[in-house]
Amino acid sequence: MATNQKILLLDDDPDLLDMYREILAQLPSRPEIHTASSGNRAMAMLETEAFQLLICDLKMPKMDGLQVLSIVRRKYPQLRTVVLTSVMDEQFRSRVYALGVDLFWQKPGTDQEIKLFLECLESLLGRETEGGFRGVHSKSLVDIIQLECISQSSSLLRITNGPLTGKIWIQDGDVIDSEGAGLTGEAAFHKILSWRAGVFESLPAEPSRPRTISKSYNALLLEGAQAIDESRGPAAGEGEPKPSASPLAELSQVEGVEFILALKPDPAAPPEARGLENPERMAAWSRQSFDRFRALGEQLQAGPLERIEGFGPQRHVALACQGDTSFCVGWRHSLTGPQVSEMMKKVLALWAS
Amino acid sequence: MGFLNLFSRTPGALLKLPSGSFTVDREGSVIVGTLPSNFPESLVRDIAREVLAAFRGAEAAQLPLSELVVNFPSLKITARDLRGGAVIFLSPRAIYEPAA
Repeated sequence: MATNQKILLLDDDPDLLDMYREILAQLPSRPEIHTASSGNRAMAMLETEAFQLLICDLKMPKMDGLQVLSIVRRKYPQLRTVVLTSVMDEQFRSRVYALGVDLFWQKPGTDQEIKLFLECLESLLGRETEGGFRGVHSKSLVDIIQLECISQSSSLLRITNGPLTGKIWIQDGDVIDSEGAGLTGEAAFHKILSWRAGVFESLPAEPSRPRTISKSYNALLLEGAQAIDESRGPAAGEGEPKPSASPLAELSQVEGVEFILALKPDPAAPPEARGLENPERMAAWSRQSFDRFRALGEQLQAGPLERIEGFGPQRHVALACQGDTSFCVGWRHSLTGPQVSEMMKKVLALWAS
Repeated sequence: MGFLNLFSRTPGALLKLPSGSFTVDREGSVIVGTLPSNFPESLVRDIAREVLAAFRGAEAAQLPLSELVVNFPSLKITARDLRGGAVIFLSPRAIYEPAA
């Protein structure tokens, strides 16, 4: 474990800061403990030094804990954050977790609670921050399939990526079948392989599953890697790029979609659209709505904007972001509100994959 | 463990997200509402302003809307068009509550 980990403690009460410092000195990893007695001071310290963990009170004068955390989560997404408070209100707990804080903890009152608190902090400090498929830390799906095949295993891998689910059947170290995203066989395998993140489960093998894939796992993985490389665009010096279908084309095929508009962060960048004759006006409204409601969310300390849905007599609309792309999707009028929400999640997951 | 009583000190007050509704006219003035009185009026006006702007902007983009739902992780704002004004519902959401 790293020996130079740093914790920043933020509380407006100097007596409590001293006490926390003593308590945190018991952590087995022996991190450096720094303190700040105001939100402004804490922000200044975060600007100048790299910390691994921020422990923050909620009730503070001038800048309260929610304000500090909403800034910190945006500016330092890698920083682990813990709220240590005497406020035991369910709404504040919800709002704290909605901001993406790792832990909400009532100020400990007994030795046992202090011990548990320290164990949680130690776990947070030691937690891996790298990506990968949950279940096997820091491993890509390719690594997982290779492990299964090299060890001549038989299993069924179920991979979940948002609302999308895929399955890969492995029998005695060979990939024999796959299905997912409406596809089967090799096509499904390559589609699943292109997902950048997700959750996987290893289920019992199904020896009776008919074989539809005859290629070796090495050939499949090689083809998959090539397809992923190609989808990321041609390398420099490879000549003219091949014309390719807009990625929006696939999204516009989702049931119920009437139009789709993709906006990049740069307001000067032209919007990409499908199904709209004059996308500029819709793009202007979408950008304005995103900006205004994001600002309102910050003002209310309600957490980051998740989704805007509008329902009208002619069509419905949903606005949401995936990565650095903002989407405005028009939906058929006959869809219900919950259906619009679900289908919008599917559109975003397809884009992410 | 007497020193731990220090932890029970409770300074200041945090802003709670309210549950309730209010109605605004086309100028954004609040006509009637059920929000708690300690919720700042300025925030109520800001919510109304953004909701009305969203309705009007949508209409200008030839996408007339009768209802608008804005989802934050800890708050849901539902607004219904009321002939240029709006009735706006605020519902705080719990973290374990499924997203609407």
